[in-house]
Amino acid sequence: MKLYLTTNNRASAVAISDIPVVDYAELYADLRDRMCNTRYHVGHYFATEIENGLKFYMLLLDDTTGEVLITSFIPDYYAEGLASLTALHPQFHPFEREMHELYGIPFDHHPWLKPLRFPHNRRDKSSTMDSYPFYTIEGDELHEVNVGPIHAGIIEPGAFRFICDGEQVLHLEIALGYQHRGVEEEMLRSQNRLRQTLIAESIAGDTAVGHATAYAEIIEKFTDTNIAEELKLERMIAIELERIAMHLADTGALATDIGFQLYQVACEALRTVTINTSQAWCGNRFGKSMIRPMGTNHPLTAEKVAMIRKNIADVRRRYNEVREDICEAHTLLTRFEQCGLVPKAEMERIGGVGMAARSSGHMRDIRATHPWGFYAEKIHHEPVMKGEGDVMARLATRMDEILQSADYIESALATYTPSGTLPAPNYEAPLKGEALAFSLIEGWRGEICHVALTAANGDIAKYKIKDPSIHNWLGLAIAVRSEGISDFPINNKSFNLSYCGHDL
Amino acid sequence: MLVKLLNTLLMIVVALSITGVINRTRAVLAGRRGIRFFQHIYNARLLLRKGSVYSTTTTALFRIAPTVYLGAAIVAFLFIPVADLEPLLSFHGDIIFVAYLLALARVAIILAAMDTGSSFEGMGAAREALYGALVEPALMMAMATLALFCGYSSFADIFSTAQELNMNLTIVLLLVAYVFIIIMFIEAGRVPVDDPKTHLELTMIHEVMCLDYSGVDMAFIHIAGWLKNAIFATIAANAVAVAFSFHWWFAVPLAILGAGLSVGIVESLRARNKLSRNVTYILTIVAMSALVLLTGFLLIQNIEI
Repeated sequence: MKLYLTTNNRASAVAISDIPVVDYAELYADLRDRMCNTRYHVGHYFATEIENGLKFYMLLLDDTTGEVLITSFIPDYYAEGLASLTALHPQFHPFEREMHELYGIPFDHHPWLKPLRFPHNRRDKSSTMDSYPFYTIEGDELHEVNVGPIHAGIIEPGAFRFICDGEQVLHLEIALGYQHRGVEEEMLRSQNRLRQTLIAESIAGDTAVGHATAYAEIIEKFTDTNIAEELKLERMIAIELERIAMHLADTGALATDIGFQLYQVACEALRTVTINTSQAWCGNRFGKSMIRPMGTNHPLTAEKVAMIRKNIADVRRRYNEVREDICEAHTLLTRFEQCGLVPKAEMERIGGVGMAARSSGHMRDIRATHPWGFYAEKIHHEPVMKGEGDVMARLATRMDEILQSADYIESALATYTPSGTLPAPNYEAPLKGEALAFSLIEGWRGEICHVALTAANGDIAKYKIKDPSIHNWLGLAIAVRSEGISDFPINNKSFNLSYCGHDL
Repeated sequence: MLVKLLNTLLMIVVALSITGVINRTRAVLAGRRGIRFFQHIYNARLLLRKGSVYSTTTTALFRIAPTVYLGAAIVAFLFIPVADLEPLLSFHGDIIFVAYLLALARVAIILAAMDTGSSFEGMGAAREALYGALVEPALMMAMATLALFCGYSSFADIFSTAQELNMNLTIVLLLVAYVFIIIMFIEAGRVPVDDPKTHLELTMIHEVMCLDYSGVDMAFIHIAGWLKNAIFATIAANAVAVAFSFHWWFAVPLAILGAGLSVGIVESLRARNKLSRNVTYILTIVAMSALVLLTGFLLIQNIEI
């Protein structure tokens, strides 16, 4: 029996009736072996309510062929419970925890079905933040340090519980959920697509362009729209600008955390140039309003192209100097090298994605493996890879990606003359009914995956969002094991994961 | 008496100016205009006008500590001469007294931090206790070197008789000054040992112990910090002045600029140490002051023979 429907990141929406409904035991047996191969990883795995029960959907990404395998099953889980996939492959852990939390599904032999984000519609209302089941270790020598959920500065809430032996961290547990806003339910409250776009932009404030692109792609797949080449190019520019801005901000933030003022101010200045470029383009420094489904409100003009080229060339030149200095700053290197190691095998096991995974030598880059839009047609993306998996590797990945993104922008704009014919956004086009569409986007942090299901009348009936943070928070917990507790901040900053992207 | 008052006045000038020079140096090196030179004094004045908030888990110990901290710093401060001037207070053996006044200040603030019961402050207190214990030998040996040169054990006597010292000891004196400046870095919690600008509780040492203080208490801690800076900066400047030009008008600008510029430049141009490396860093200073003491001792012996 066919287990999966094979499609890819560029194909349009698939009819739900085409997705095989399989037997869970068979799927489980297949995944047991299939997921041992690192060419596969889970893109999304969720349950949705159907008449008298739940239907589960799973998206597997095949990084070698660029295929996306979709499957579904309707288990009789009240009778037997589901064998946990996390027990075999830990990368499934956030998905199974989410389903357990929402629907109370018992996953047999799951190592630890901890709450994920305390959503308002969770099944067990007695499970609250205050009763979070923190891991504990007994011992007179050990002490616990709780940081947060309210932190100094302007960062978002999240509780970090360390178990330390003196200054050394034995275990870190990260309890999130304080930012839960019910984004997925909010997407369905109204079918107004402008409203949905605005919500998508707010999923994670630092990835506004990434999530908005993911939403726009979904709408375009449901309407079977092939957007203009120019629009694909402009979306590429937008997402790479966001990447440059965030990587610059993180380079500066890493310098701040080790008290290195010089690089901090240099990177802050460059970040300002970059986000001001976004503002001059679309009126918002974080790229909100830049991406809209099926068109754009801010098409590039010849002046804007010249402005972006000038600013990016400037940022590139100045950043390259900073980068060379950073690579020679010995006081910085002694802090970052061999600090917060996440070995490649560990990154593979937990299903790490994005730049954090690439810093550990684990190749996960949607732009290369599941390219969409401009990346599929005009760019042959070579991911930046580092093998060390330490803080310095994550910084080095950022530094190289800034230059790479600047190159993409410069070479794309060098020959670009806007025709001025890009359509305005279309929020009204009817969506294909009874279909499933997904979009995979490589945001600056990593793989963003949105999945939507439509009802028979073309209304979006289910919208699932995955921010790369959900995979990588566990990577941070692993990175700080056996490190000094005072090195936690630089590890945290080197991942720079999203709280609200995780909590939704 | 007038000389003693002038001495105290100059010490106050040093204490108030160093932080301003540090801030200005950092700002210039970052390409900024920076805050007002005396902004830190306005900030302290603001704090002094405010009341304090106390955590309900703390005891009287927590409330007394800032007063003890400031009191100890003020008394120690009054023992320090500026080059050829006389300090307000002085007696034989006051170098030991000053060292232990500073230790008393540290113990007070460490106990207060433990009193809050916060895990951050406990960690900060543990770090402060460790580094305090490690830096003490360096302080004692540097002072012993000075005492060795003149056979006196009071700051006033050391620096008033020091003018007759043989200039062969210049290098040793410069090294003593260097050791005192580094001790100031450590005591004041500046980069590379600590970072007063950080907002990250997990990496703090001195700052984290003051997290629960507010208002007047916070102002006391800040002011005591300025006084401690002035003590070490002036001793270092005196040691240099002995070698070159032993006048207060040479020592005062030297103390302000030497301390202010060195802290400002170091903070701009390097990263903090990894916390576990601080021990090595401080022990290096201890080793250096041991070497200084030994060299000074040999030089003195040679001269006498």
